[in-house]
Amino acid sequence: MTSAIPAKTTTASPGEPGPSLEAGSRNGNRAKTGRVPRQYSDRTRAERRLGWILAGPAFIIMLLVTLYPILQAIYESLFRFRLTAPDERAFIGLENYIVILTDPVWWSGLWTTVLITVITVAVELVLGFALALVMHKALKSVRGALRTAILVPYGIITVVSAFAWFYAFDINSGYVNSWFAWLPGIDENLNWFAQGPTALFVIMASEIWKTTPFISLLLLAGLAQVPDELSEAAKVDGATWWEQMRKVIIPNMKAAIMVAVLFRALDAFRIFDNVFIMTNGAYGTEVLSLLAYRQSISRLEIGLGSAVSVLLFLCVLLICFVAIKLFKVDLAGSQGGK
Amino acid sequence: MTNTSTRNKVLWTIVTILVLLYALFPVASILATSFKSPSDLTSGKFLPSSGTATTGNYEQILVGDAQGLFLSALRNSIGISLIATFIAVVLATLCAYAIARLDFPGKKLILTTALAVSIFPVISIVTPLFNLWRTIGLYDTWLGLIIPYLSLTLPISIWTLAAFFRQIPWELEQAAQVDGATTWQAFRKAIVPLALPGVFTTAIIAFFIAWNDFVYGISLTSTEAARPVPAALAFFTGASQFESPTGAISAAAIIVTIPVVLLVLLFQRQIVSGLTSGAVKG
Repeated sequence: MTSAIPAKTTTASPGEPGPSLEAGSRNGNRAKTGRVPRQYSDRTRAERRLGWILAGPAFIIMLLVTLYPILQAIYESLFRFRLTAPDERAFIGLENYIVILTDPVWWSGLWTTVLITVITVAVELVLGFALALVMHKALKSVRGALRTAILVPYGIITVVSAFAWFYAFDINSGYVNSWFAWLPGIDENLNWFAQGPTALFVIMASEIWKTTPFISLLLLAGLAQVPDELSEAAKVDGATWWEQMRKVIIPNMKAAIMVAVLFRALDAFRIFDNVFIMTNGAYGTEVLSLLAYRQSISRLEIGLGSAVSVLLFLCVLLICFVAIKLFKVDLAGSQGGK
Repeated sequence: MTNTSTRNKVLWTIVTILVLLYALFPVASILATSFKSPSDLTSGKFLPSSGTATTGNYEQILVGDAQGLFLSALRNSIGISLIATFIAVVLATLCAYAIARLDFPGKKLILTTALAVSIFPVISIVTPLFNLWRTIGLYDTWLGLIIPYLSLTLPISIWTLAAFFRQIPWELEQAAQVDGATTWQAFRKAIVPLALPGVFTTAIIAFFIAWNDFVYGISLTSTEAARPVPAALAFFTGASQFESPTGAISAAAIIVTIPVVLLVLLFQRQIVSGLTSGAVKG
């Protein structure tokens, strides 16, 4: 890496050549061309052009399908604009935002979304860690079966998961009430989807079931990076299982845990499918994504809907910012390094 | 010694059963529901009452009243997901190859962009697209879903493939050339066999994500012309207004779960390695 830099800077346009993500893989070329600076710079230029020719289309499409819509949403959020009355479209500045932020519907939606995010991610972290440990330590004979089983919820359609849980708990078609009638508070007349707390319970159960495998696979990757010698040494020194976990394993996979939590938190914050299927936002289960959907797609209030979308986007940015600044989660590094 | 290993085995059997139960119970639940007859739906039991199990729900969606609705949705889902997966994997392969193999400025920018796109709230994209698609005629078309699906499938494909490609010993290509192979031969014989499993794994993961989409599906379609299965399920109604669609939805849910289970059964090892080596978001 270091040896190549002087030669490169002769032709370097501003902009740092990419960091050494792939430092090891290209040394063949470098050793050969390093001796002939002239040829190197031509080659560098050609390589740069080829790099962008190959990577450019993917990059441009990613920008087109996200950057463009969000800019459009920001623009449209400044208008009073209803698709059913296009002639009344008028610039109103930040009024849409004021309308939303002074409406209790927004705040209860935000609260529900945050509640779902915090609880599901916390449960998934514990459950996912347990699953990762099981897969990590599993005997060879059952390892394949465990992984296959775990991947079923990962691959299943969220809507299917939502229906499975919904029908199991539903007062008409469900069996949960009759199975658990011996528990206090549960009897055959309990309608899980007629009040907020019980409805949220089932929504979160479905969400947790479906997404825990993903978090556990990320944690499994983290576990695999903890050197076996470390826990062996701790074991020899007489550490109990719990001490090994707390003092050796978990500190060594902190980066993986942070990344897993952040990704799941951002994903949970966008929760939509489960809520839409089970309650459609009734009884205080409305989440922010559903609020945005209802404004723009159901009510065709493009201005208001865009403003909700922009606010939701800002929330996601805020979560990222807090995670990266406060908890020093290094997303690119921990995933790309290696 | 034998004592502890027996105990170990028993312990692992129990753990395995628990994990299997966790992972498969909801699937078994909806599978059981899909075989219930309409009158048996409210029995409050897990399994269909003995003697009443029926394939009527499957008949209804495959050859019966709901056939048009379900089969067109199935066709849309398969077509749109496969095309979106294909485009994403082709573009991501080129992009990841450049990132792993070539030296050019902006590499980090591309990876960061992919990361940012993958955490983007889908609903924030839907509102502007909904309006735009209506204006330019992409609303309720395959293309109108394929394009936004790329925002879901491209980022993870780029990350997964870049991780795969970084592990390929590219020196093999030069070695083959030294041994007298042409550039193309060297690439085809030495590199392609190493890269193909990664490309294939990425395709499976991307397909899962496209197959799973719901938000775009309900927002950007309105008819059977392009509505994919998850969205169609949400708007399913019973054969008559007095009949709940529970059985039909369950049967449809099982049918769209079959490809997932098949892929998982066949490629469990590859999917796990793909997700753990480079996955950003599943």
